[in-house]
Amino acid sequence: MRVHAKRAGVLLGGLMTPALSMADWTLNMSPGVTGTSNEIFSLHMTILWICVVIGIVVFGVMFWSIFAHRKSPGRKPANFHENTLVEILWTIIPLVILVVMAIPATATLVDMYDTTEADVDIKVTGYQWRWKYDYVDEEFGYFSNITTSDDEIYNRTEKTENYLLEVDNPMVVPVGAKIRLLVTANDVIHSWWVPAFGVKKDAIPGFVNETWTRVDEPGIYRGQCTELCGVKHGFMPVVVKAVPQDEYDAWVAEQKEAAQRERELTEKDWTLEELMARGEKAYASACAACHQADGSGAPPAFPALKGSKVATEDMQAHLDIVVNGVSGTAMQAFGGQLSEVDLAAVITYERNAWGNDTGEMVTPKEVFEYKNQE
Amino acid sequence: MSAVADTHAQDDHHHGPAKGFSRWLLTTNHKDIGTMYLIFSFTMFLLGGTMAMVIRAELFQPGLQIVEPEFFNQMTTMHGLIMVFGAVMPAFVGLANWMIPLMVGAPDMALPRMNNWSFWLLPCAFLILISTLFMQGGAPNFGWTFYAPLSTTYGPPSTTFFIFAIHIMGVSSIMGAINVIATILNMRAPGMTLMKMPLFVWTWLITAFLLIAVMPVLAGVVTMMLMDINFGTSFFDASGGGDPVLFQHVFWFFGHPEVYIMILPAFGAVSHIIPAFSRKPLFGYASMVYAVGAIALLSFVVWAHHMFTVGIPIAGQLFFMYATMLIAVPTGVKVFNWVATMFRGSLTFEAPMLFAVAFVILFTIGGFSGLMLAIAPADFQYHDTYFVVAHFHYVLVPGAIFGIFASAYFWLPKWTGHMYDETLGKTHFWLSFIGMNLAFFPMHFLGLAGMPRRIPDYALQFADFNMVSSIGAFLFGASQILFLVIVVKCVKGGEKASAQPWDGAEGLEWTVPSPAPYHTFATPPEVK
Amino acid sequence: MAENQTYYVPEQSKWPIVATVGLGVTLYGAAAIMVNGQQGESTTGSWVMFLIGSLIMAYMLFGWFGTVIKESRSGLYSPQMDRSFRWGMSWFIFSEVMFFAAFFGALFYTRVFAVPWLGGEGDRGSSNILWEGFQATWPLINNPDPDAYPAPEGIIGPWGLPLINTILLVTSSFTVTVAHHALKEDNRKKVKLWLGATIALALIFVCVQGYEYAHAYQDLNLTLQSGIYGSTFFMLTGFHGAHVILGTLMLTIMLIRIHKGHFTGDYHFGFEASAWYWHFVDVVWLGLFVFVYVL
Repeated sequence: MRVHAKRAGVLLGGLMTPALSMADWTLNMSPGVTGTSNEIFSLHMTILWICVVIGIVVFGVMFWSIFAHRKSPGRKPANFHENTLVEILWTIIPLVILVVMAIPATATLVDMYDTTEADVDIKVTGYQWRWKYDYVDEEFGYFSNITTSDDEIYNRTEKTENYLLEVDNPMVVPVGAKIRLLVTANDVIHSWWVPAFGVKKDAIPGFVNETWTRVDEPGIYRGQCTELCGVKHGFMPVVVKAVPQDEYDAWVAEQKEAAQRERELTEKDWTLEELMARGEKAYASACAACHQADGSGAPPAFPALKGSKVATEDMQAHLDIVVNGVSGTAMQAFGGQLSEVDLAAVITYERNAWGNDTGEMVTPKEVFEYKNQE
Repeated sequence: MSAVADTHAQDDHHHGPAKGFSRWLLTTNHKDIGTMYLIFSFTMFLLGGTMAMVIRAELFQPGLQIVEPEFFNQMTTMHGLIMVFGAVMPAFVGLANWMIPLMVGAPDMALPRMNNWSFWLLPCAFLILISTLFMQGGAPNFGWTFYAPLSTTYGPPSTTFFIFAIHIMGVSSIMGAINVIATILNMRAPGMTLMKMPLFVWTWLITAFLLIAVMPVLAGVVTMMLMDINFGTSFFDASGGGDPVLFQHVFWFFGHPEVYIMILPAFGAVSHIIPAFSRKPLFGYASMVYAVGAIALLSFVVWAHHMFTVGIPIAGQLFFMYATMLIAVPTGVKVFNWVATMFRGSLTFEAPMLFAVAFVILFTIGGFSGLMLAIAPADFQYHDTYFVVAHFHYVLVPGAIFGIFASAYFWLPKWTGHMYDETLGKTHFWLSFIGMNLAFFPMHFLGLAGMPRRIPDYALQFADFNMVSSIGAFLFGASQILFLVIVVKCVKGGEKASAQPWDGAEGLEWTVPSPAPYHTFATPPEVK
Repeated sequence: MAENQTYYVPEQSKWPIVATVGLGVTLYGAAAIMVNGQQGESTTGSWVMFLIGSLIMAYMLFGWFGTVIKESRSGLYSPQMDRSFRWGMSWFIFSEVMFFAAFFGALFYTRVFAVPWLGGEGDRGSSNILWEGFQATWPLINNPDPDAYPAPEGIIGPWGLPLINTILLVTSSFTVTVAHHALKEDNRKKVKLWLGATIALALIFVCVQGYEYAHAYQDLNLTLQSGIYGSTFFMLTGFHGAHVILGTLMLTIMLIRIHKGHFTGDYHFGFEASAWYWHFVDVVWLGLFVFVYVL
C-alpha cells in the first residue's frame, strides 16, 4: 500500500517517470519472439501510422476551421454545401488505402492458419481455472495452476515480480520447432494467449481449435486467459518456458518416467494417512478453487462438502460424482482429469477432513476398478 | 359523422396535460413520453455509472481491496447491460419521441398509446434486472455479452430472470421502433419528401429498421438460452451436437447492428448541431443519407469480427475482415462532411457545439482503433484486452453519450423555454472531456501491453495506467452530477428562450414557440 | 366511415400501464416457476403470480382492442390512421420473421458447421478427438455424448403427417383469401363460410401437430432433451405452433366480429391484419417443411 501511495504522490506531482522498476509506462505492443508476432507487430504499426496520418490531415483541417473560421472576428459564413468531385475523391482514396492494408493482413492471416507440418503437438485444455497441457505424442500431461498466494492478492504481503503471472508447471516447448496447439476447454470458454507469441485462441468446450507457434528465443513467456470464464478468470495465467531442443528432450524423458511412476502407484497398498496427505494436496489444486480449502464451498453454485451428505454417506455415490461429474451443474467429471491415486486421495480426504470423520477410505485400485466397470 | 368526430379531435388538441402523477402514468403525449424516457435514461446512466465507479475503484490498485471477484463480475455485467439498454438506447428513443413529431410536423407519434407502453415496459424490465442483484447466487456475472455456456450451464439462478428482462426490453424496443417508423413514413407534413427530411429523422428511420431487424434475434438467442437452462435442449452444448460458438454468432448478429443503433441517432443530431453553430448548411446531405444507409446494411455482414479468435474457418475470417474494413468508407464520408461543414463557416462554440466537435474528433479516434481491430491478424493481439475496452468506450462515451449531451443542450431551450447556464454547460463539457480522455486513453496502452479485459486484479506492470484511468473515471463520473444541476436549473428558470434560440438552426421544430406547447402541429404545416 | 381528416390522438389511457403490470407479473412469475422448480422449492406462489399476470394480460387485450374497435367504429380514424396501422402490422410481422430467422440460423449453423466439425470434417474437424466414435449424420441420431443426451430412436418423416399439415395450411391460406375477397364484396355469408373453414383447417393442423408431438415423445424418444436435432425440431415447430394458435385466435375474433356486423367492404383492416399474419404463419411452415422435415 505504501508503495502505491508513493507512486500516486509522484503521479500527482506531475513527474511522469516510473517510480519503481516494476512500474511500467509501456505505450505500445511488443514485437514478440515469433515470426507471427513480428508480422502482427509490423501490421499494427503500419495501420497505426496510416491512422495517425489521416488523423493529422482531417483534424488539421478541422482545427484550422475552428481557429480561422470562428465567428468572433466577424466572419460571414460561406454557403457551399456540396462538391461532387471532392465527395467522390474522399470515397475512393480511403478505399484504396484499405486495399493496401488488406494485402499484408491477408498474407499474415493465411500464414497464421497453416498448422501443417508441426514438430510437436500439445493439447491445451482450459478448466475453471487452470490450464492442462497434454503432450499428445509423448503420452503425458499435467495441470498448470497459478501460484500467487492469497496473501499477495489480498494485500497482506508484498506483491512479487510476477504477481498473477506465475504457475507451478509451465508449458515447456523446444526453441525453433513448430508447435501445433490443439486448444479446447472442459467447462466454459477460455482463451489461451501469450502476447509474445502473437497467439490467442479461444478454448471452446467440445471443440478443438488449432493454432501454432515457433519460438525463436529461449525464455519464459507469460500471458493470461482472455475470455471471461467465471469468478477466477483473472487468476489463470499462461506461462510457457522455451528451452533448447536437448534440454527439452531431457525434460520429456523425465516427464514420461514420472508418468510411469504415477501409474505404478495405483498398484501400491495405501494407508489412510498416506491418502490423506496426498489428498490434501490434490484437493488444494483440483477442488479448493470452488469448494474452498475449508470445504465450506460457495453455495448455491458450489455446495459445501464439510458435513455434506455426499461426503459422509454413500461412498459409491461420492465416487460417481467425483469421477463422472453432475451434468447440468458446475461439477466437472474428474475421472479423466486426475489419476486413480489422486481420485482416491481426494475422496478419502473429503470423507475425513473438516470433521467429516467417517474413517472410510477408498484405494486407487478400487477407483481403477470402478472406472473400468463402466 | 365526420363533423362530430372533428370537434372531438379538436378538443383533444386544445387541453393541456392532466394533473398529478396520472399525467405521466396514463399519458399518450409524445413530449411527456420523451421526457420520461430521458429521465429514465439519466437515472440508469447514474446507476450504471456508479457501477463503473465500483469497477474503477477496485482497479485503482493491483490486488483485491474493495469487492470480491464474484461481485466485480456482476458489476461489469450490469454496468454494460444498464448502459446499453437502460441509458443509451432509451435516451435516443426519448429524443426521437420529443423531436421526430416536431421535425416532421406531426401532431404526435403514430401510435400514441403503444408509445406509452413502450416506455413503461423499460422500468418494469430494469426492475426485474436490478432485482437479480439481491437474489440468491447474485446477479448475472457473465459479462454483458453473456456467452454460453458460462451463462447457461454455469450461470447463476437469476439468469432466468435476466432472460425475461431482456425479453421485455426487446418488446419495448421493437414497439418503440415500429412507432418511429410509422411516424416517419406516415406522418410527415405535406411536401416533406424523404430527401427533405432532417438527418436526425433519417438516421432514426434507419435505426428503427435495425432495431426491428435485430431485437427479435436477441430475443431468439436468449430464448435458446432459456431452453438450454430450463428445458434440457443442447443448442450451446457440444455433447448434444450444439456449439457454444453458435451463441456468439446469433448474439453478434444482433450485437453489431446494436452498436450502430447506439450511434446513428447521434450522427443525426450532430448533423444538425454542426451546421447550426457553423451558420452554414450541412455539407453533402445526400451522401450523409447514403452513408448511413451503407453503414446500416454493412452492419448485417460484419458480426463475426467480434469473434476472430473463436476459430472461424479462414474464408469466413477473410470475408468478415474485408467487410468490416469497408465500414471505414461511409464512416469516413460522414466525418469529412462534418469537417467540410465547419470549413469556412462562422463558428461559435456553445455547449452543444463543443460536445459535437468533441464527438467528431473522439469518435474518429474510436473509429481508427476500430479499423485496427478489423485487421484480423492484429485482432489476435487486441481481442479481449483493454484495447477493445478503450475502443468501444471511445465510440460510446464521446460518441453516443456526447451526442446525447449535445442534443440535450441543443434542444433544452425548446423543451423548457429557458436557456441553460452556458458557463456551467461549458464547465460540464471540459470536465467530461478531460475526465473521459484520462479514463479511456490509457486503456489503449494497457491493452497493447497485454492486460485482458474483465479482470478484477492485474499484474504489476499495468498499475500506473490503471490508476490514471481510475482518476479520470472518477472525474468523469462526478462531473455528470453537474449536468443534473444544469438541467434542473434550466427547467426551473433562466433566460427566456425564443422560438429560434440558435442563429443557424433550421427545421420545423424551431417554428413552434419555446417551450413547445403540449400539442403541436394539430394541423400539419406545409413544407416547400 | 373513415372520412376523418384529422389524425386522432387518443386521450389518456390506462391500457399501457395495465399491460406493463400484466406482462411484468406474468414473466416474473414464469421465471420464478422455473428457478424455484430447478432448486426443488415450492412453485405454488410463482404459479399464482403467473396466473394473475396472465389474467391481467387477458383483461388488457380485451380492453385495449375493445377500445380501438370502438374508436374505429365511431369514425375517429382517418385514412392516415389506417396507414399507421398498416405500417405497424407490417413491421411487426417483419420482427416475427427475424425471430424465426434466429432459429433457422441456428439450424443451418449446426447442420452445415457444428455437427460435421464434431464428426471430424472440415476446418475444426480435429474436434472429433474429443468425441471418440461419434459420426456426423443428419438427422442426428447419435449424439457426441449419448449419456448426457440420449439420442432419438427415430425421426418424423416428411411424407406422412407433415405433408398433410402442409396441405392443410396452404389450403387455409387460400380459404382466408377467398374470405377476404368475399368481405370486399360485402358478401357476409360467404365470409363466414370461408373464414370458418380456415379456422377449422387451423384447428385440424394443431391437432395433427399435437398427435405428432405425442408420437415423437412416446414412441421415438425424440424430445427437447435428445440433442440438437430434437432441440431445433421442437423449437422451430413449437414456436410455429404457438403462432398458429395465436393466428387462429385472431381469425376467430374476426369471425366473431363479422357475426356482430363489424367491417365494411372497403374498411376492414383488422381482418386484413389477421389474414397477413396467417399468410406469414403459412410461409414459415413452408420453410419448416423444407428445412426441418424434407432436407
